[in-house]
Amino acid sequence: MLKSLKRSAKGASVPHEKATAALATVKMEPPKHVIIPMQMHIGAPAEPIVKKGDTVMVGTLIGKAGGFVSANIHASVSGTVLEVASIRMVNGVVCKAVAIEADGNQTVDPACQPPTVNDKPSLLAAIQACGLVGVGGAGFPTHVKLAADTLDTLIINAAECEPYLTTDAREMLECSESIMAGIEMVMKQCKIPHCIIGIERNKPECIDLMCSLVREMPGVTVKPLPMRYPQGAEKTLIETCTGREVPKTAPSGKPGIPADCGCVVMNVTSISTLGKYLKTGIPLVAKRLTVEGDAIAEPKNIEVPIGTLYSDVIAACGGIKNEVELGKIIFGGPMMGGAAPSADYPVLKQNNGLLLFSRAAATLPEPEPCIRCGRCITACPMGLEPVVIAEGFAAKDMEVLQKRNVDLCVACGSCTYACPAKRPVSQNMGLAKAWYLKQLKEKAGK
Amino acid sequence: MDERLIVTASPHIRDNTTTRGLMGNVLIALVPCVVASALLFGYRALLVVGVTTAACVGLEYLYTMLLHKKNPVGDLSACVTGVILGLNFPAGMPLWICVVGAFVAIVITKQLFGGLGFNFANPALVGRLVLFLSFTSRMTAYVFPDMAVDALATATPLAPGVDKASINLLDMLLGVHGGVLGETCAAAILIGLAFLLATHTIGFAIPGSIVGTVFVLSLVATRDLHTALISILSGGLLFGAVFMATDYVTSPFTTIGKVFYGIFIGLITFTIRQFGSMNEGMSYAILLGNLLTPWFNTWSHQIPLGYVKAGKKGKKAKEKPMDKQPAPAAGKGGAV
Repeated sequence: MLKSLKRSAKGASVPHEKATAALATVKMEPPKHVIIPMQMHIGAPAEPIVKKGDTVMVGTLIGKAGGFVSANIHASVSGTVLEVASIRMVNGVVCKAVAIEADGNQTVDPACQPPTVNDKPSLLAAIQACGLVGVGGAGFPTHVKLAADTLDTLIINAAECEPYLTTDAREMLECSESIMAGIEMVMKQCKIPHCIIGIERNKPECIDLMCSLVREMPGVTVKPLPMRYPQGAEKTLIETCTGREVPKTAPSGKPGIPADCGCVVMNVTSISTLGKYLKTGIPLVAKRLTVEGDAIAEPKNIEVPIGTLYSDVIAACGGIKNEVELGKIIFGGPMMGGAAPSADYPVLKQNNGLLLFSRAAATLPEPEPCIRCGRCITACPMGLEPVVIAEGFAAKDMEVLQKRNVDLCVACGSCTYACPAKRPVSQNMGLAKAWYLKQLKEKAGK
Repeated sequence: MDERLIVTASPHIRDNTTTRGLMGNVLIALVPCVVASALLFGYRALLVVGVTTAACVGLEYLYTMLLHKKNPVGDLSACVTGVILGLNFPAGMPLWICVVGAFVAIVITKQLFGGLGFNFANPALVGRLVLFLSFTSRMTAYVFPDMAVDALATATPLAPGVDKASINLLDMLLGVHGGVLGETCAAAILIGLAFLLATHTIGFAIPGSIVGTVFVLSLVATRDLHTALISILSGGLLFGAVFMATDYVTSPFTTIGKVFYGIFIGLITFTIRQFGSMNEGMSYAILLGNLLTPWFNTWSHQIPLGYVKAGKKGKKAKEKPMDKQPAPAAGKGGAV
C-alpha cells in the first residue's frame, strides 16, 4: 500500500502466449549463405579481418573487437567469404558485414579450444574472445559488465517476460548443466558471493529444475518472480530480487548502472553460452529463436547459425500459412522487438524470436483522445508519468522533462500497451527522451 | 512475400481495454442505481434519466456535426454524462430543465473546451450545479419515495432540524428517504462500486479517501457512530464519491494525488455540511477538487525507481554501505 503511494510501477499484464514452451529445440540445416554484420552489440563495431575468397570454418574469427566496449565476431558456418561490404541493418544502422557461402559441412575450426581460466582477468579475456554479449536483447558486451569490482550479487535473468518467446525456458530445460557451470565459474573467478536466478512463475517446470540443481551450490538461490511485464527489465529485476535500486546517477555523475548497487545481471542464455564455451571452446555462433505468430505454418524453437536470413528461418518453419497474408515481421518479442521491412535481414546475436503476424493481427487500432486515466502511470515500471512528460514534450519544456526524469525511460512499451485510447505513449516517450538528451548535449557543448 | 509489410515502432500488441469499454463499464455500474431509482420513485425516474441521456448524446452529435468534427458518440462518454446527470435530478423534474442541464454539461462544459479529455470539470457536475443555482426549488423538490411521484416533498436527512438518531440505517442503505434519483439507494451505489473495482475501471483511492475522511471527521465531531454512518449514507456523498469524483479527466493521475484529492473533497464536504448554510456540499467539494486537479498533478509525483534526492545522496550512502546491505533474500521457492 505504502509502496504504491511512492510509485505504482505495476507493469503491464501482457498475455503469455507461450505456446512453444513445450517444443524442444530443433537444429536448423545450415543455410546456403549467411550475412554476418560487424555490429551486433552496443559499442564500437568490430573490424572485419577476412577478405573475399577466404576460407572460414565454424568459430573462425572474422571480426575483431574494435575496442574495449565491443565484441569479437566469428563465422557461424564453414565455407567461403563471398564479400565484405557495407549493409544497412534492420535498425537503420549502416555497418560492414561479411557474407559467407556455406559448404554445408559445418566443420569446426581446430583453433576452437577450451580456454584456460584461473583468475578474473583470464575469465574476462575468455569472455571477450568468444564474443559474448547480452543475448537477451540488449547486446551489451558481457566482459565489460563483469569487469566492475564492486559486484556482490550475480543475477541470472530468466524472467522472459516478453509474450511468445520461450527460448530462455528451453535453454533452462535443455542446457541446465552449462548454466550451472557458467554461474560457478563467474562466481568463483569474479569473487561474487551471491547469485539469484530470477524466473517468472509462468515457468514452474524451470523453477523446479533450477531449485533442484542449486541445492548443492552455496550462495545460489532461485527467485520465482511475479508474472508482470517487464519483470525481466534489468532495473526492475534487480529491485524484485534484491530490493536494491539502481541509482539514477552514479556517484561519478554518469547514468547509474547495476554495478553501482553491487549487482550484475546476465541473461540465462548468456551464462549458458559462457558455460558451453568454457567446455568446448566454440564461441557464440548459433542462436535459438522462437518462431511464432499467427502467420507461421509451424511454430518452433529453432537453433540457427548467426547471420541466417529471416527468409531462410521462415522457410525452415514451413513458411507462411496458406491463405494468410503476412502483415508484420518482428525480430524479438512483441513488446520491445522491432518490425522488419522485409525478410532479407540476418539473425543477430541478441535476437531471440521471430514473430510473423498476419495483416489482421498486425493492424493496430487508431489513437483516440487521451482521457487522462493515468493507466500509463500505473503501468510504468520506472515510476514515470508518461502523460505529464507528453505534455512537457509537446511544449518543448526542458524543465518538465528534467523534473519528470524522462531519461529514466527504458522503452519497455508498457504505457502504450496499457493505454485505453490506443495512443503511442512509449513511442512519444522515446522521442521526448531523444530530444531531451540532444538538448542536454547541445547545452554542454556551448 | 511481395506485399508490403507493416513497420511500426514497438510495442506491437495492445491491451484490449478501450475508452469505449471503460465508459461501458461505468454504464453497467450505473444500472443498479437506475433500477433502484425506478423502484423507489416510479416510472418517471426512468423518463428523467432517459430524456437527459438522449439530450446529452443528441447535443454532442449535433455539436460535432455542426462543427465538422469527428463523431465521438461511439466512445459512450456522453451516455455516461447523461445517465449521471439524470440521476442527479429529483423525480419530479420538468423535462425541459433536464435538456437545459444536458446543454450546459455537454456543450458548454465539455465540447467548448475541446471535447473528451479537455474539460476542466466533470460535465455532469457542472450541469447539476448550474441547475441547482438556477432552479433551486425544483432541484430540491425531493419527493418521499413511496412509489408515487405526486407525494409530498420531503426534506433530505441532512436538513437541519431532522432528528438524526431517529433515522433507520436500513432505510438509508436501501434508499427509502428523500433525495435525488441516484443518490438515495446506497446499496445500489455499492454494487456499482464493487463492479467498477472488480473490472479495474477505477481504483479504491478516490472513493475510499472521500468517504473515509467524511466518516472520521463526523465521528470526531459528533462522537456518535450512528450519526457518522448517516452522514456518509445521506446526500450525494456516496454517489459523488463513486461516480462523479472518479471521472478520469478531472481527477489526479497518481495514487498519492488521488488520495489527497479524496481527502480534500471529504474535508470540504464535511466543512460545508457542518458549518455552511447549505445542507449539501458534495457537488461544490468535487467541483473545487476538479478545479484544483492540475495543482494536485503538479506536486503529487511518483518517486521513480532509483531516484535519489540531491541532498540525501551522501546521507543515504552512509546509511547503507555496500558491504552492509542485507544479503539478498532467498525466494520462497529457493534452495532448501
